[in-house]
Amino acid sequence: MDRKTGNKNIVHDHNGDGIDRRGFLECMAWAGTGALCVMQGGVLKSFSMSRMGEFDAKKMAGELSFVQISDSHMGFNKPANPDVTGTLKAAVDKINGLATPPEFMLHTGDISHLSKPDEFDTVDQILKGASTKDVFFVPGEHDVLNDDGKQYLERYGKGTKGGGWYSFDKKGVHFIGLVNVLNLKAGGLGTLGHEQLEWMEDDVKHLKSSTPIVVFAHIPLWSVYPEWGWGTDDSSQALAYLKKFGSVTVLNGHIHQTMQKVEGNVTFHTAMSTAFPQPQPGSAPSPGPMKVPDDQLRKVLGITAVNYVRGQHALAVVDSTLG
Amino acid sequence: MMMRKGVCISALGTAAMMAVVLLMAGSLDVAVKAQSVAPAAAEVKIDNFSFAPATLTVAVGTAVTWTNRDDIPHTVVSTDDPRAFKSKVLDTDEKFSYTFTKAGTFPYFCSVHPKMTGTVVVK
Repeated sequence: MDRKTGNKNIVHDHNGDGIDRRGFLECMAWAGTGALCVMQGGVLKSFSMSRMGEFDAKKMAGELSFVQISDSHMGFNKPANPDVTGTLKAAVDKINGLATPPEFMLHTGDISHLSKPDEFDTVDQILKGASTKDVFFVPGEHDVLNDDGKQYLERYGKGTKGGGWYSFDKKGVHFIGLVNVLNLKAGGLGTLGHEQLEWMEDDVKHLKSSTPIVVFAHIPLWSVYPEWGWGTDDSSQALAYLKKFGSVTVLNGHIHQTMQKVEGNVTFHTAMSTAFPQPQPGSAPSPGPMKVPDDQLRKVLGITAVNYVRGQHALAVVDSTLG
Repeated sequence: MMMRKGVCISALGTAAMMAVVLLMAGSLDVAVKAQSVAPAAAEVKIDNFSFAPATLTVAVGTAVTWTNRDDIPHTVVSTDDPRAFKSKVLDTDEKFSYTFTKAGTFPYFCSVHPKMTGTVVVK
Protein backbone atom coordinates (compact mmCIF):
# COMPACT_ATOMS: atom_id res chain seq x y z
CA MET A 1 0.00 0.00 0.00
CA ASP A 2 0.99 3.58 -0.39
CA ARG A 3 0.84 4.89 3.14
CA LYS A 4 1.76 8.43 2.22
CA THR A 5 -0.90 8.87 -0.43
CA GLY A 6 -3.44 7.12 1.74
CA ASN A 7 -2.98 9.54 4.57
CA LYS A 8 -2.63 12.94 3.02
CA ASN A 9 -5.29 14.42 5.21
CA ILE A 10 -3.28 13.98 8.40
CA VAL A 11 -0.26 15.94 7.20
CA HIS A 12 -1.61 19.25 8.37
CA ASP A 13 -0.79 20.01 11.96
CA HIS A 14 -3.66 21.71 13.80
CA ASN A 15 -2.19 21.23 17.17
CA GLY A 16 1.22 22.82 17.22
CA ASP A 17 2.16 19.94 19.49
CA GLY A 18 5.58 19.44 17.99
CA ILE A 19 4.78 15.99 16.65
CA ASP A 20 6.98 15.03 13.78
CA ARG A 21 4.28 14.38 11.19
CA ARG A 22 6.80 13.11 8.68
CA GLY A 23 8.08 10.45 11.04
CA PHE A 24 4.53 9.78 12.02
CA LEU A 25 3.61 9.00 8.42
CA GLU A 26 6.62 6.84 7.76
CA CYS A 27 5.40 4.07 9.97
CA MET A 28 1.67 4.34 10.03
CA ALA A 29 -0.81 1.89 8.68
CA TRP A 30 -4.51 2.40 8.26
CA ALA A 31 -7.13 -0.12 9.19
CA GLY A 32 -7.52 -2.92 6.72
CA THR A 33 -4.03 -2.82 5.32
CA GLY A 34 -2.03 -4.69 7.94
CA ALA A 35 1.44 -3.58 8.82
CA LEU A 36 4.48 -5.02 10.43
CA CYS A 37 6.65 -2.76 12.48
CA VAL A 38 9.97 -3.92 13.82
CA MET A 39 12.03 -1.90 16.22
CA GLN A 40 15.71 -2.62 16.38
CA GLY A 41 18.21 -0.39 18.09
CA GLY A 42 15.58 2.29 18.43
CA VAL A 43 14.89 2.45 14.70
CA LEU A 44 11.46 1.37 13.68
CA LYS A 45 10.80 0.00 10.24
CA SER A 46 7.42 -0.61 8.73
CA PHE A 47 6.49 -3.11 6.06
CA SER A 48 3.17 -4.07 4.62
CA MET A 49 1.85 -7.53 5.38
CA SER A 50 2.35 -8.49 1.74
CA ARG A 51 6.11 -8.45 2.39
CA MET A 52 5.89 -10.76 5.36
CA GLY A 53 7.57 -13.49 3.33
CA GLU A 54 10.82 -11.53 3.50
CA PHE A 55 11.06 -12.16 7.21
CA ASP A 56 12.37 -15.17 9.01
CA ALA A 57 9.38 -16.37 11.00
CA LYS A 58 11.58 -17.99 13.65
CA LYS A 59 13.46 -14.75 14.25
CA MET A 60 10.17 -12.91 14.52
CA ALA A 61 8.85 -15.32 17.10
CA GLY A 62 10.35 -13.85 20.22
CA GLU A 63 10.72 -15.01 23.78
CA LEU A 64 7.54 -13.26 24.68
CA SER A 65 4.50 -13.15 22.46
CA PHE A 66 1.24 -11.56 23.42
CA VAL A 67 -1.84 -10.20 21.71
CA GLN A 68 -3.71 -6.94 22.04
CA ILE A 69 -7.42 -6.76 21.31
CA SER A 70 -9.53 -3.66 21.74
CA ASP A 71 -12.94 -2.02 21.52
CA SER A 72 -15.21 -5.07 21.49
CA HIS A 73 -18.23 -2.78 22.17
CA MET A 74 -20.36 -5.77 23.15
CA GLY A 75 -24.00 -4.67 22.93
CA PHE A 76 -23.51 -2.41 19.90
CA ASN A 77 -26.11 -3.33 17.27
CA LYS A 78 -26.18 -0.50 14.75
CA PRO A 79 -25.64 -0.81 10.95
CA ALA A 80 -21.85 -0.40 11.24
CA ASN A 81 -21.84 -3.94 12.69
CA PRO A 82 -25.03 -5.71 13.81
CA ASP A 83 -23.00 -8.74 14.95
CA VAL A 84 -20.21 -7.68 17.30
CA THR A 85 -20.44 -11.10 18.98
CA GLY A 86 -19.57 -12.79 15.68
CA THR A 87 -16.61 -10.52 14.98
CA LEU A 88 -15.23 -10.94 18.52
CA LYS A 89 -15.45 -14.70 18.03
CA ALA A 90 -13.61 -14.26 14.72
CA ALA A 91 -10.90 -12.33 16.58
CA VAL A 92 -10.52 -15.22 19.02
CA ASP A 93 -10.26 -17.64 16.07
CA LYS A 94 -7.57 -15.39 14.62
CA ILE A 95 -5.65 -15.45 17.91
CA ASN A 96 -5.93 -19.23 18.09
CA GLY A 97 -4.54 -19.46 14.57
CA LEU A 98 -1.40 -17.37 15.21
CA ALA A 99 1.85 -19.13 14.31
CA THR A 100 3.26 -18.18 17.70
CA PRO A 101 0.68 -18.81 20.43
CA PRO A 102 0.45 -15.73 22.64
CA GLU A 103 1.13 -16.11 26.36
CA PHE A 104 -1.58 -13.67 27.29
CA MET A 105 -3.94 -11.03 25.97
CA LEU A 106 -4.25 -7.32 26.64
CA HIS A 107 -7.71 -5.83 26.20
CA THR A 108 -7.37 -2.06 25.85
CA GLY A 109 -10.93 -1.16 26.78
CA ASP A 110 -14.46 -0.59 25.56
CA ILE A 111 -15.13 -4.19 26.41
CA SER A 112 -18.84 -3.31 26.55
CA HIS A 113 -20.88 -0.71 24.71
CA LEU A 114 -23.15 0.40 27.58
CA SER A 115 -21.49 -1.04 30.73
CA LYS A 116 -24.27 -3.63 31.05
CA PRO A 117 -23.50 -6.76 33.07
CA ASP A 118 -24.61 -9.12 30.30
CA GLU A 119 -22.31 -7.34 27.84
CA PHE A 120 -19.29 -8.00 30.07
CA ASP A 121 -20.50 -11.58 30.61
CA THR A 122 -20.68 -12.22 26.86
CA VAL A 123 -17.15 -10.93 26.27
CA ASP A 124 -15.77 -13.00 29.16
CA GLN A 125 -17.49 -16.08 27.74
CA ILE A 126 -16.12 -15.56 24.21
CA LEU A 127 -12.58 -14.86 25.45
CA LYS A 128 -12.65 -18.19 27.27
CA GLY A 129 -12.46 -19.74 23.81
CA ALA A 130 -8.95 -18.33 23.29
CA SER A 131 -5.91 -20.56 23.57
CA THR A 132 -4.58 -18.30 26.29
CA LYS A 133 -6.75 -17.73 29.34
CA ASP A 134 -4.82 -14.79 30.78
CA VAL A 135 -6.35 -11.43 29.91
CA PHE A 136 -5.18 -8.09 31.28
CA PHE A 137 -7.75 -5.33 30.97
CA VAL A 138 -7.87 -1.56 31.16
CA PRO A 139 -11.23 0.23 30.96
CA GLY A 140 -12.58 2.30 28.09
CA GLU A 141 -15.09 5.09 28.64
CA HIS A 142 -17.89 2.71 27.64
CA ASP A 143 -16.99 0.40 30.54
CA VAL A 144 -17.40 3.01 33.28
CA LEU A 145 -20.75 4.59 32.34
CA ASN A 146 -23.15 5.60 35.14
CA ASP A 147 -21.09 4.30 38.09
CA ASP A 148 -17.61 5.85 37.68
CA GLY A 149 -16.19 2.40 37.07
CA LYS A 150 -17.38 0.55 40.19
CA GLN A 151 -18.69 -2.44 38.26
CA TYR A 152 -15.56 -2.54 36.12
CA LEU A 153 -13.37 -2.63 39.24
CA GLU A 154 -15.44 -5.42 40.77
CA ARG A 155 -15.06 -7.51 37.63
CA TYR A 156 -11.55 -6.74 36.40
CA GLY A 157 -9.85 -4.66 39.05
CA LYS A 158 -8.64 -7.24 41.59
CA GLY A 159 -5.21 -6.24 42.83
CA THR A 160 -5.23 -2.93 40.97
CA LYS A 161 -4.79 0.55 42.36
CA GLY A 162 -7.14 3.57 42.22
CA GLY A 163 -9.41 3.42 39.20
CA GLY A 164 -7.86 0.14 38.03
CA TRP A 165 -4.22 0.84 37.16
CA TYR A 166 -1.48 -1.74 37.79
CA SER A 167 1.80 -3.14 36.55
CA PHE A 168 3.29 -6.61 36.13
CA ASP A 169 6.40 -8.26 34.72
CA LYS A 170 6.67 -10.96 32.08
CA LYS A 171 10.03 -12.37 31.01
CA GLY A 172 11.88 -9.19 31.86
CA VAL A 173 9.36 -6.87 30.21
CA HIS A 174 7.57 -4.43 32.52
CA PHE A 175 3.88 -3.86 31.65
CA ILE A 176 1.95 -0.84 32.93
CA GLY A 177 -1.84 -0.71 32.54
CA LEU A 178 -3.17 2.85 32.85
CA VAL A 179 -6.69 4.28 33.21
CA ASN A 180 -7.42 7.52 31.33
CA VAL A 181 -11.22 7.40 31.04
CA LEU A 182 -12.31 8.52 34.53
CA ASN A 183 -13.09 12.01 35.88
CA LEU A 184 -13.01 13.57 32.42
CA LYS A 185 -13.25 17.35 32.45
CA ALA A 186 -15.50 19.44 30.20
CA GLY A 187 -13.65 20.44 27.05
CA GLY A 188 -10.73 18.14 27.85
CA LEU A 189 -9.21 14.89 26.61
CA GLY A 190 -8.38 11.65 28.40
CA THR A 191 -6.99 12.13 31.91
CA LEU A 192 -4.60 10.09 34.05
CA GLY A 193 -4.76 12.31 37.11
CA HIS A 194 -2.33 13.20 39.85
CA GLU A 195 -2.76 10.06 41.96
CA GLN A 196 -2.08 7.71 39.05
CA LEU A 197 0.89 9.71 37.83
CA GLU A 198 2.47 9.61 41.30
CA TRP A 199 1.95 5.87 41.43
CA MET A 200 3.53 5.46 38.02
CA GLU A 201 6.58 7.55 38.88
CA ASP A 202 7.13 5.32 41.89
CA ASP A 203 6.42 2.15 39.92
CA VAL A 204 9.21 2.68 37.39
CA LYS A 205 11.73 4.32 39.72
CA HIS A 206 13.42 1.07 40.73
CA LEU A 207 13.65 -0.39 37.21
CA LYS A 208 16.86 -0.55 35.20
CA SER A 209 16.91 1.63 32.12
CA SER A 210 17.48 -1.48 30.01
CA THR A 211 14.08 -2.88 31.04
CA PRO A 212 11.71 -2.93 28.07
CA ILE A 213 8.50 -1.11 28.97
CA VAL A 214 5.04 -1.71 27.55
CA VAL A 215 2.36 0.82 28.53
CA PHE A 216 -1.26 0.08 27.64
CA ALA A 217 -4.30 2.32 28.06
CA HIS A 218 -7.56 2.93 26.22
CA ILE A 219 -7.34 6.50 24.88
CA PRO A 220 -4.12 7.23 22.95
CA LEU A 221 -1.33 8.63 25.11
CA TRP A 222 -0.24 10.83 22.24
CA SER A 223 -1.99 13.62 20.46
CA VAL A 224 -3.66 11.78 17.57
CA TYR A 225 -6.48 14.25 16.94
CA PRO A 226 -7.50 16.40 19.90
CA GLU A 227 -10.44 17.88 17.95
CA TRP A 228 -12.10 14.48 18.35
CA GLY A 229 -10.79 13.90 21.85
CA TRP A 230 -8.13 11.50 20.62
CA GLY A 231 -5.41 12.24 23.12
CA THR A 232 -4.69 12.42 26.86
CA ASP A 233 -4.24 15.77 28.61
CA ASP A 234 -1.50 14.73 31.03
CA SER A 235 0.19 11.97 29.05
CA SER A 236 3.41 14.00 28.64
CA GLN A 237 3.96 13.73 32.39
CA ALA A 238 3.62 9.93 32.22
CA LEU A 239 6.02 9.76 29.28
CA ALA A 240 8.52 11.94 31.15
CA TYR A 241 8.86 9.16 33.74
CA LEU A 242 9.83 6.76 30.93
CA LYS A 243 12.61 8.89 29.39
CA LYS A 244 15.43 6.81 30.88
CA PHE A 245 14.25 3.60 29.26
CA GLY A 246 15.69 2.46 25.96
CA SER A 247 12.61 0.66 24.74
CA VAL A 248 9.09 1.91 25.40
CA THR A 249 6.04 0.63 23.53
CA VAL A 250 2.68 2.32 24.08
CA LEU A 251 -0.41 0.33 23.04
CA ASN A 252 -3.79 2.07 22.83
CA GLY A 253 -7.28 1.55 21.39
CA HIS A 254 -10.23 3.96 21.25
CA ILE A 255 -9.81 5.20 17.66
CA HIS A 256 -10.75 1.90 15.95
CA GLN A 257 -7.92 2.00 13.41
CA THR A 258 -4.21 1.33 13.41
CA MET A 259 -1.83 4.22 13.68
CA GLN A 260 1.77 4.36 14.65
CA LYS A 261 4.28 6.99 15.63
CA VAL A 262 7.84 6.88 16.84
CA GLU A 263 9.20 9.59 19.08
CA GLY A 264 12.69 9.01 20.37
CA ASN A 265 12.70 5.77 22.34
CA VAL A 266 8.91 5.51 22.35
CA THR A 267 6.79 3.67 19.83
CA PHE A 268 3.07 4.48 19.92
CA HIS A 269 0.60 2.08 18.37
CA THR A 270 -3.20 1.96 18.23
CA ALA A 271 -5.14 -1.22 17.53
CA MET A 272 -8.13 -1.94 15.35
CA SER A 273 -11.48 -2.61 17.01
CA THR A 274 -13.14 -6.00 16.90
CA ALA A 275 -16.52 -4.25 16.49
CA PHE A 276 -16.61 -1.38 13.98
CA PRO A 277 -14.25 1.04 12.24
CA GLN A 278 -14.09 4.78 12.83
CA PRO A 279 -13.16 7.39 10.22
CA GLN A 280 -9.68 8.76 9.66
CA PRO A 281 -9.10 11.91 11.71
CA GLY A 282 -11.00 14.86 10.31
CA SER A 283 -12.39 12.90 7.36
CA ALA A 284 -15.98 12.85 8.64
CA PRO A 285 -18.25 15.20 10.60
CA SER A 286 -17.67 13.13 13.74
CA PRO A 287 -15.72 10.11 14.98
CA GLY A 288 -18.88 7.97 15.10
CA PRO A 289 -19.07 4.38 13.78
CA MET A 290 -18.25 4.12 10.08
CA LYS A 291 -20.44 1.95 7.88
CA VAL A 292 -18.48 0.05 5.24
CA PRO A 293 -19.87 -2.48 2.72
CA ASP A 294 -20.70 -5.76 4.50
CA ASP A 295 -18.02 -7.70 2.64
CA GLN A 296 -15.41 -5.13 3.71
CA LEU A 297 -16.18 -5.08 7.43
CA ARG A 298 -13.78 -7.82 8.52
CA LYS A 299 -11.02 -6.13 6.55
CA VAL A 300 -11.15 -3.16 8.91
CA LEU A 301 -11.42 -5.10 12.18
CA GLY A 302 -8.56 -7.01 13.71
CA ILE A 303 -6.07 -7.91 16.37
CA THR A 304 -2.49 -6.91 17.18
CA ALA A 305 0.24 -9.43 17.93
CA VAL A 306 3.43 -8.33 19.69
CA ASN A 307 6.71 -10.24 19.88
CA TYR A 308 9.62 -9.32 22.08
CA VAL A 309 13.07 -10.79 21.49
CA ARG A 310 15.53 -10.43 24.33
CA GLY A 311 19.09 -9.55 23.36
CA GLN A 312 18.05 -8.33 19.93
CA HIS A 313 16.26 -5.55 21.74
CA ALA A 314 13.52 -5.96 19.20
CA LEU A 315 9.82 -5.49 19.56
CA ALA A 316 7.62 -6.48 16.66
CA VAL A 317 4.07 -5.23 16.38
CA VAL A 318 1.93 -7.01 13.79
CA ASP A 319 -1.64 -5.99 12.97
CA SER A 320 -3.82 -8.51 11.21
CA THR A 321 -7.38 -8.12 10.04
CA LEU A 322 -10.21 -10.56 10.63
CA GLY A 323 -10.93 -11.10 6.95
CA MET B 1 -90.58 7.57 48.11
CA MET B 2 -90.96 11.04 46.70
CA MET B 3 -88.60 12.33 49.32
CA ARG B 4 -86.03 9.74 48.48
CA LYS B 5 -86.21 10.56 44.81
CA GLY B 6 -85.74 14.22 45.64
CA VAL B 7 -82.65 13.41 47.64
CA CYS B 8 -81.32 11.40 44.80
CA ILE B 9 -81.81 14.19 42.30
CA SER B 10 -80.30 16.65 44.68
CA ALA B 11 -77.24 14.44 45.17
CA LEU B 12 -76.81 14.08 41.44
CA GLY B 13 -77.10 17.79 41.03
CA THR B 14 -74.41 18.40 43.64
CA ALA B 15 -72.11 15.93 41.96
CA ALA B 16 -72.63 17.62 38.61
CA MET B 17 -71.95 21.02 40.09
CA MET B 18 -68.83 19.77 41.78
CA ALA B 19 -67.63 18.33 38.48
CA VAL B 20 -68.15 21.67 36.79
CA VAL B 21 -66.24 23.42 39.55
CA LEU B 22 -63.40 20.92 39.26
CA LEU B 23 -63.25 21.38 35.49
CA MET B 24 -63.11 25.13 35.90
CA ALA B 25 -60.38 24.83 38.51
CA GLY B 26 -58.45 22.55 36.14
CA SER B 27 -58.60 24.95 33.24
CA LEU B 28 -57.78 27.88 35.47
CA ASP B 29 -54.73 26.03 36.70
CA VAL B 30 -53.55 25.33 33.15
CA ALA B 31 -54.17 28.92 32.16
CA VAL B 32 -52.08 30.23 35.06
CA LYS B 33 -49.19 27.86 34.24
CA ALA B 34 -49.23 28.69 30.54
CA GLN B 35 -48.94 32.38 31.35
CA SER B 36 -45.92 32.15 33.66
CA VAL B 37 -44.01 29.33 31.90
CA ALA B 38 -43.98 30.29 28.22
CA PRO B 39 -42.25 28.71 26.40
CA ALA B 40 -42.78 25.58 28.48
CA ALA B 41 -40.40 23.34 26.58
CA ALA B 42 -37.25 23.44 24.47
CA GLU B 43 -35.13 20.82 22.74
CA VAL B 44 -31.45 20.10 22.19
CA LYS B 45 -30.45 17.48 19.62
CA ILE B 46 -27.28 15.45 19.95
CA ASP B 47 -25.93 14.76 16.47
CA ASN B 48 -22.42 13.96 15.26
CA PHE B 49 -20.90 14.35 18.72
CA SER B 50 -22.28 17.85 19.25
CA PHE B 51 -25.15 19.61 21.01
CA ALA B 52 -27.44 21.68 18.80
CA PRO B 53 -28.04 24.43 19.56
CA ALA B 54 -24.76 24.69 21.47
CA THR B 55 -26.20 27.65 23.37
CA LEU B 56 -29.91 27.59 24.19
CA THR B 57 -31.70 30.54 25.81
CA VAL B 58 -34.94 29.81 27.67
CA ALA B 59 -37.26 31.35 30.24
CA VAL B 60 -37.28 30.29 33.88
CA GLY B 61 -39.41 27.17 34.29
CA THR B 62 -38.63 25.71 30.87
CA ALA B 63 -38.19 21.97 30.56
CA VAL B 64 -35.28 21.25 28.22
CA THR B 65 -35.15 17.84 26.57
CA TRP B 66 -31.99 16.42 25.02
CA THR B 67 -32.32 13.63 22.44
CA ASN B 68 -29.35 11.49 21.41
CA ARG B 69 -29.49 10.85 17.66
CA ASP B 70 -25.98 9.33 17.40
CA ASP B 71 -25.07 5.64 17.14
CA ILE B 72 -22.90 6.17 20.22
CA PRO B 73 -24.10 6.82 23.78
CA HIS B 74 -23.71 10.26 25.31
CA THR B 75 -24.50 12.00 28.59
CA VAL B 76 -25.68 15.47 29.58
CA VAL B 77 -23.82 16.61 32.70
CA SER B 78 -23.67 20.04 34.32
CA THR B 79 -20.12 21.33 34.75
CA ASP B 80 -21.05 23.33 37.86
CA ASP B 81 -19.91 22.23 41.29
CA PRO B 82 -22.19 20.94 42.70
CA ARG B 83 -23.69 19.67 39.45
CA ALA B 84 -27.05 21.27 38.61
CA PHE B 85 -28.10 18.20 36.61
CA LYS B 86 -26.71 14.89 35.40
CA SER B 87 -28.30 12.41 33.02
CA LYS B 88 -27.82 8.68 32.92
CA VAL B 89 -26.11 7.49 29.78
CA LEU B 90 -28.35 8.04 26.75
CA ASP B 91 -28.30 5.36 24.09
CA THR B 92 -29.54 6.09 20.56
CA ASP B 93 -32.89 7.98 20.56
CA GLU B 94 -33.02 8.15 24.36
CA LYS B 95 -33.97 11.45 25.99
CA PHE B 96 -33.15 13.42 29.12
CA SER B 97 -35.25 16.32 30.47
CA TYR B 98 -34.46 18.92 33.08
CA THR B 99 -36.59 21.88 34.14
CA PHE B 100 -34.65 25.05 34.81
CA THR B 101 -36.24 26.78 37.80
CA LYS B 102 -33.62 29.48 38.33
CA ALA B 103 -32.14 32.16 36.09
CA GLY B 104 -28.49 31.83 35.23
CA THR B 105 -25.96 30.30 32.82
CA PHE B 106 -25.67 26.53 32.96
CA PRO B 107 -22.70 25.03 31.11
CA TYR B 108 -22.75 21.27 30.53
CA PHE B 109 -20.83 18.55 28.68
CA CYS B 110 -20.90 14.88 27.70
CA SER B 111 -18.92 13.09 30.40
CA VAL B 112 -18.14 10.27 27.92
CA HIS B 113 -16.85 12.63 25.21
CA PRO B 114 -15.80 15.77 27.12
CA LYS B 115 -15.01 17.70 23.95
CA MET B 116 -18.79 17.93 23.55
CA THR B 117 -19.95 21.04 25.44
CA GLY B 118 -23.06 23.19 25.53
CA THR B 119 -24.74 25.95 27.55
CA VAL B 120 -28.29 26.71 28.65
CA VAL B 121 -28.95 30.37 29.45
CA VAL B 122 -32.03 30.82 31.64
CA LYS B 123 -33.59 34.30 31.79
